[in-house]
Amino acid sequence: MNTPAHQPDRQPVIDLRAATATLGARPVLRGVDLTVHSGEVVALLGANGSGKSTAVRSVIGQVPLTGGTLSLFGTEFRRFKDWARIGYVPQRTTAAGGVPATVSEIVTAGRLARTKFGILRKADRAAVHHALELVGMADRAKDSASALSGGQHQRVLIARALAVEPELLIMDEPMAGVDLASQEVLAGALREQVARGTTVLLVLHELGPLEPLIDRAVVLRDGCVVHDGPPPEAVGQHALPGHDHAHPSPAAAPSGGASHHCMGSHADPAPIRTGLLS
Amino acid sequence: MEILDYTFMQRALLAALIVGITAPAIGIYLVQRRQSLMGDGIGHVALTGVGLGFLINSGSIWASPVWVATFVAIGGSVAMELIRWYGRTRGDLALAMLFYGGMAGGVMLMNLSDAGSNANLSTYLFGSITTVSSQDMTTICVLAAVVLAITIGLRRQLFAVCQDEEFARVTGLPVRLLNLLVAVTAAVTVTVAMRVVGLLLVSALMVIPVAAAQQITRSFAVTFVLAVAIGVGVTLTGTATSYYVDVPSGATIVLFAIVLFVLFTALAAPLAKKRARAAADGAQGCTLEVPGSRAAADDVSV
Repeated sequence: MNTPAHQPDRQPVIDLRAATATLGARPVLRGVDLTVHSGEVVALLGANGSGKSTAVRSVIGQVPLTGGTLSLFGTEFRRFKDWARIGYVPQRTTAAGGVPATVSEIVTAGRLARTKFGILRKADRAAVHHALELVGMADRAKDSASALSGGQHQRVLIARALAVEPELLIMDEPMAGVDLASQEVLAGALREQVARGTTVLLVLHELGPLEPLIDRAVVLRDGCVVHDGPPPEAVGQHALPGHDHAHPSPAAAPSGGASHHCMGSHADPAPIRTGLLS
Repeated sequence: MEILDYTFMQRALLAALIVGITAPAIGIYLVQRRQSLMGDGIGHVALTGVGLGFLINSGSIWASPVWVATFVAIGGSVAMELIRWYGRTRGDLALAMLFYGGMAGGVMLMNLSDAGSNANLSTYLFGSITTVSSQDMTTICVLAAVVLAITIGLRRQLFAVCQDEEFARVTGLPVRLLNLLVAVTAAVTVTVAMRVVGLLLVSALMVIPVAAAQQITRSFAVTFVLAVAIGVGVTLTGTATSYYVDVPSGATIVLFAIVLFVLFTALAAPLAKKRARAAADGAQGCTLEVPGSRAAADDVSV
């Protein structure tokens, strides 16, 4: 499933154009273009503070855009109501809520978009169970979420996003602080989703075990897109953990579709340090 | 049971039952949102409403202290919710202003009115369950029905919003509306519980049963049921105690709840150990057993 599903006749699933956003008084996105087509797996890379998390959060409306346009599934964001098509995995929060909740209660919350007035049917319970099976947590369904390790907690959050059976999966650093065993499980679950044709947009710090799945990488720096194309190759020195990746100028990289609107970034002659691991 | 022979005690016990159910039912969402003290804040604001009710003192039902307190408390809780949206940076300061402003306003208005005296004020501050009138009863029943319909009927939606607001928004839930609904429901509960435990202690009945229940529970649903059971238990026994022994009902109820909290906390450790042992039994064979009969090989005598 490594074909770049870039067909101009099809509606893009996510279409973010010339997006600007600020956090407080600081501009975080300075004209970001991001187009994701159906069936694509796109990784959003960049150093801390490059705006990759803000970009993803603006796609789901969590951070309001100060400029530019956004449409999801061909619908202008303002009119978008079809949330059952989207599964979202937020950056992992420190803990659960102030009251104990079981794994299955948390995952059931992810199914609400497919229910009517929150009434669960047989199919909904089956979907919740299936989502838990996908991430290998079905045997922990009745356990309290506070008794889970970091990696298991992340698996639960991903199951919550999968419970709605989304067409588009948006994940904010799903691999951060996740142990190796959980990383493998998550990569497997994601592979299955991608094979079913799910579109994926994910923020990553490093490509890691997900690398073979990724069709396209968009690299942000200082709120601008500096690379949009095949995932950066990590070879030799670059493949070592902790290495600060450097990449050639975007002019040399084949463009995957979006044009670069940030002023000056086009002609930047210096090698671009994306700092994937910094 | 001679306690049930008196109409005022029947009313008192019914009011206690209603408060025992509703206060933990909405309180659990406040605790889940980590806003345990919101009930306390609303209680302070509601006091201004009580004072205003006494000042108006028009004789119409809608201007009675209970109803005016309800409207003012709803206004105050909506204001708190708005502060949470727009003033994240110094929200705690703004809330503090609202708390103390509400308290001071209540005392001031109460003193300005003819009907309000210090004795009257203290029945609202600390509760006076035996003075609940039949008119109050109707009000309490109607408001409690609304609170229960919301907290049980919308439990899945409220759970999602209070657990993870950001995620709830992406599932398409009307997060702001539901947050407002929680705030308004909490305000209504505060005014319902006002006559039973008093405005100063109302928050205790929203928080302590939930805190006690969650010492030994693992799921939200069980915590909800157990918290309501604890709430009903302490309000009924507390009210009965205040009948047999001449003690204030509100304080008795809250102290009973705290005793239960301590008991449940003491129970929590052995219970966790028992669960861990059960889990270990399930996963037997993880550690290699060394046969006990095997003697040490180097049997050297000195």
